[in-house]
Amino acid sequence: MTAQDYNFAYLDEQTKRMIRRAILKGVAVPGYQVPFASREMPMPYGWGTGGVQVTAACLTPDDTLKVIDQGADDTTNAVSIRKFFQRTAAVAVTEATAEATIIQTRHRIPEAALTEGQILVYQVPIPEPLRFLEPRETETRKMHELEEYGLMHVKLYEDIARHGHIATAYAYPVKVEGRYVMDPSPIPRFDNPKLSDCPAIQLFGAGREQRIYALPPYTRVVSLDFEDHPFEASKAPHDCDLCGASDSYLDEVITDDEGGRMFVCSDTDFCRGRVAAGHIGRLGAPDLAQEAAE
Amino acid sequence: MFLIRAYRTTLPRFGASVPVDTAKMAVSRRVSATFKDLPGGQILGPTFDYTHRLLDFALMAEGEAAGSPPPTPTPIPSPQGGGGAATPQIPHVMSFLNRDGLIETDAAGDATPPDLTREPMELPASRPLRLQSLTRGDEGFILSLAYSTQRGYGRTHAFVGELRIGTVAVEMDIPELGFAVEIGEVELTECETVNQFTGSKTEPPQFTRGYGLVFGQTERKAIAMSLVDRALRWRELGEDFVGAPAQDEEFVLMHADNVQATGFLEHIKLPHYVDFQSELELIRRLRAEAMAQKEAAE
Ligand SMILES: [Zn+2]
Repeated sequence: MTAQDYNFAYLDEQTKRMIRRAILKGVAVPGYQVPFASREMPMPYGWGTGGVQVTAACLTPDDTLKVIDQGADDTTNAVSIRKFFQRTAAVAVTEATAEATIIQTRHRIPEAALTEGQILVYQVPIPEPLRFLEPRETETRKMHELEEYGLMHVKLYEDIARHGHIATAYAYPVKVEGRYVMDPSPIPRFDNPKLSDCPAIQLFGAGREQRIYALPPYTRVVSLDFEDHPFEASKAPHDCDLCGASDSYLDEVITDDEGGRMFVCSDTDFCRGRVAAGHIGRLGAPDLAQEAAE
Repeated sequence: MFLIRAYRTTLPRFGASVPVDTAKMAVSRRVSATFKDLPGGQILGPTFDYTHRLLDFALMAEGEAAGSPPPTPTPIPSPQGGGGAATPQIPHVMSFLNRDGLIETDAAGDATPPDLTREPMELPASRPLRLQSLTRGDEGFILSLAYSTQRGYGRTHAFVGELRIGTVAVEMDIPELGFAVEIGEVELTECETVNQFTGSKTEPPQFTRGYGLVFGQTERKAIAMSLVDRALRWRELGEDFVGAPAQDEEFVLMHADNVQATGFLEHIKLPHYVDFQSELELIRRLRAEAMAQKEAAE
């Protein structure tokens, strides 16, 4: 089937205009959660419907789209969303971060530095950073309005008092331009520093919760912390076993049931690029070695 | 389901099977959300998870839409080509975490678990009793409770460590023979969640578990069950009761049974002439008294 029966990028133009208005408002008030009339998409809520709607509203026929999930282009959900836009928008797609004009992501920020003109679209499950301290939306909106973020600091402080650390490993809360506390989506806190001063536009879409928020280029984003307990970006204390990178976020892969394991870059494009450039990790590059042998 | 449960009432019980071994399951689908790859592999199997629900206008134009079957996802055979009694084991993901002592362990016990089908619900309930109740519970009810924990009403920070679907052999000890024989097979869906746990007054920081085991290919219910199981464990883990519905054992267990709930709900369609007549008489009398008082006051 050619998907020409659907409008370009699935959504009708009025819906896209509504979403673009929400995005513009989000860009104008960085970190503020803009309510929008999220639509039903042909995939379940929680699988990126917010990100997909934001991407659909931003796409033009000339765009080149990259979709990643957990940093990888080959994960099932990333493949699925990429195919969705290939079918409904017939746009060019790529796995190379530098070639993409729009990147939709779940749970990671690419390792390669983003550039001006790129748009990074995050899929967001729970947009409200205060949600797990206060389940009621009526209360949390009031707290944002009054800049009442004491509860969040108390929570972080209690972590330190109990564990000596802040016990938040992903979706680590940030403050945007000194005003709104924002949930960066469930990226590992390793990625938090990349949020700040980023040349690309960063857009966040939460479909089920009907919220869009944004970071315009070069926005100052600070991870919440205390003077005596400064924020630390953390990752597994290893190098990538395939490409040897020491500065990338790693996935742990269980290799046998005897406790064997390896660590590999979660950003598959970054890892492939390094291997192609001749970098070799502890376990070499089995794929390439295998290909050479065949 | 109601008919089957009602019919079972008429049957004598010969005994209990040995516990089914889900590590020996003939797996048709098995995924882990916590590790990208692992022994036994990710087996996507029969699922619509990665299929877009797009209407095919071409089919509609040909007038075939109504009769056309949904697209069948390509079944992926078990890596071991499994099936039958000789199915090789696919180890549980939890055992890998267990190796590091990162996840709580529950010592195996010989205690006979309580049986919800033979004994009345007893509160506070032990975990085996809670799990039985959740397995029998209404999928929609369990789903909404689990969803509420994800939205902050008793949050449990759950990851799907493993979800597997397949058939297991049901075996029963035959005293005359002195060993267990296979009496049948049953399809099960099993979900184990890994939950963040930052420690409490009584326990050090460690991952904790939620567990779901349901009949048939019912992923949504198995996952929901494991979230609700974990939410209900706040007391034994020394966590706070935050007043969330999913933490409230009595509320959850007493309202989970679909057969009970449906029956009681729908019974209000039955005649209640007598009760209603007495209400009518009461309200007329009260209104008359109120009127009389009002008139007297004026
Ligand atoms: Zn690498």
